[in-house]
Amino acid sequence: MTDMIDVKPVVADYESLIKPDKVHSSLYSDAEIYEEELDKIFNNTWVWVGHESEVPEVGSYKTAMIGRHSVIVSRDRKKNIHVLLNRCRHRAATVCEGKKGKTKSFMCPYHGWGYSLDGALRAVPKPEEYEGVFDKSEYPLVSLRFETYQGLIFATFNEEIEPLEDFLGGAKKWIDLFVKQGGGYPLKVLGDHRFRFPGNWKIQLENTTDAYHFPIVHKSFVTGLDEQTAEVFDFLDGEGHVEDLGNGHSVMVMIPELVDLEKDLDEPIPERFQELADALAAEGHSDLEVRRMVRAVGGSGFNLNLFPNVACSMAFFRVLAPVSVNETEIHHVAIGGEGAPAPFNQMRMRLHEHFQGPMGFGTPDDAEAWERVQKGSHAGNNEWILLNRGQANLTTSPDGNVSGAVCSETGMRAAYQQWKKMMTA
Amino acid sequence: MTDLNLLARVTAFINIEADMLDFEEYQPWLDLWTDNGEYVVPIDPHETDFANTLNYAYDKAEMRQMRVARLVGGEAVSTQTTEKTVRGLSRFRILEDDEIHVTVRCAMYLSECRHGNLKTYPADVTYKLLKADNDFRIEQKVVRLQNADAYLSSIGYIL
Repeated sequence: MTDMIDVKPVVADYESLIKPDKVHSSLYSDAEIYEEELDKIFNNTWVWVGHESEVPEVGSYKTAMIGRHSVIVSRDRKKNIHVLLNRCRHRAATVCEGKKGKTKSFMCPYHGWGYSLDGALRAVPKPEEYEGVFDKSEYPLVSLRFETYQGLIFATFNEEIEPLEDFLGGAKKWIDLFVKQGGGYPLKVLGDHRFRFPGNWKIQLENTTDAYHFPIVHKSFVTGLDEQTAEVFDFLDGEGHVEDLGNGHSVMVMIPELVDLEKDLDEPIPERFQELADALAAEGHSDLEVRRMVRAVGGSGFNLNLFPNVACSMAFFRVLAPVSVNETEIHHVAIGGEGAPAPFNQMRMRLHEHFQGPMGFGTPDDAEAWERVQKGSHAGNNEWILLNRGQANLTTSPDGNVSGAVCSETGMRAAYQQWKKMMTA
Repeated sequence: MTDLNLLARVTAFINIEADMLDFEEYQPWLDLWTDNGEYVVPIDPHETDFANTLNYAYDKAEMRQMRVARLVGGEAVSTQTTEKTVRGLSRFRILEDDEIHVTVRCAMYLSECRHGNLKTYPADVTYKLLKADNDFRIEQKVVRLQNADAYLSSIGYIL
């Protein structure tokens, strides 16, 4: 009789699941690993919960997920932002439903406990039964530590974690560049596309630093573009690169000439944006203003992947929220300029609708590929996911970081090294 | 009092449009539209200013043609895996009627089958139809998916 060897990796041995050039398939499909990721990663690091423009006024709020936890991002009467656990201190019901809105307070629907915008417990029905039992001031909504950088709001359950700016480290330079795409106006969220796909969250994390798939998966999108624009998107053989920025972050520069949107404003206006330029000029904007907006309208020429849940992806924020080991919700957050001319923001939204979201010309094809990755990853008993593309062709970037070709898997390797670091800590 | 004759005519027109989409007769479908026609799938259930908000789809003529080209081109992998859609339309009601346009609202139940998984998308659909030569042309079609404000799965076809 032949002895059967159980080749399923020991769940706790995360070190063995991440090699320099590959990761184990169980990272996509093992429910125990998934639950531990929520504990060790999402409960333990800076997680993106929104952009300041999503809570612009007193009483504005939005909801977000940090791993398993529903949170509320609110702006109080003093215009201060709060990140609050969406859970009544009494019997745990959520006190806020829906994606966003405006309110004066958060009210629990079960027993009517009322909380102010900063989370303070203001009123409980029939308070006499609590006399001598508790003081309301001791039961606010649980408040999370949060910090912002360039309007991006990150929150954490880890009170001991390093400051956000230290965590972002080398990524800050790229965030500074990314926010220039307001075209001379502060960045503003214009709305978002939300969809789910039947696959693990890390498949999505990888995708934003995967240039290799673009000409294959998005062939039909490129075919539909005019020649000039199609040339811009033909970046696989170009001068772009992928750079490991530390802490799991990476940047993938696809279109080097669009890294700094405030440079080269005297470049000719692309044909597809001539109509926009004319409309802006007709509104009385100066030639420089028009050129700044036209250059910014298509977004930056890079994807900045921030571990674990957000990417500043060319012209939008890509946010991921794990739902289960094999389901992930994705938000494609459209951005424009606060107070920018209507034609500029309209064009930003039309470009977003063209490619992004569940009905865009890009996402459904991406989602098909991701779903097939998840399905295929279950096949075999001890198979691996390769991450070795470009590994023998690495250089050092001017910032001193490991850098590979634009279609290398450098960014994925960076993310999985951070994954290993956090899972084995 | 509902004009039953008009109701029957718009119902027939809209059913033909639905049939064309389910049976992939895209060129005749494109011909159903006016030059300025808008195909809109909003996110916000109450939004009416589609130009100044983000939608799932906001197609004028050029985008509709590109959407069709994507569906028939064979290069988009997602268009190859949804074999067919089936949609049923009912609950037709004329909301407005004048000499130039008639506006009709109806319910749509659309199902898709991708990789063997059946999914249903219920929606309210409002058509603004231009009266033209004893027939109609679509000036605006607004598809308000019941779950538009929550989250969708990827949809590679035309609603």
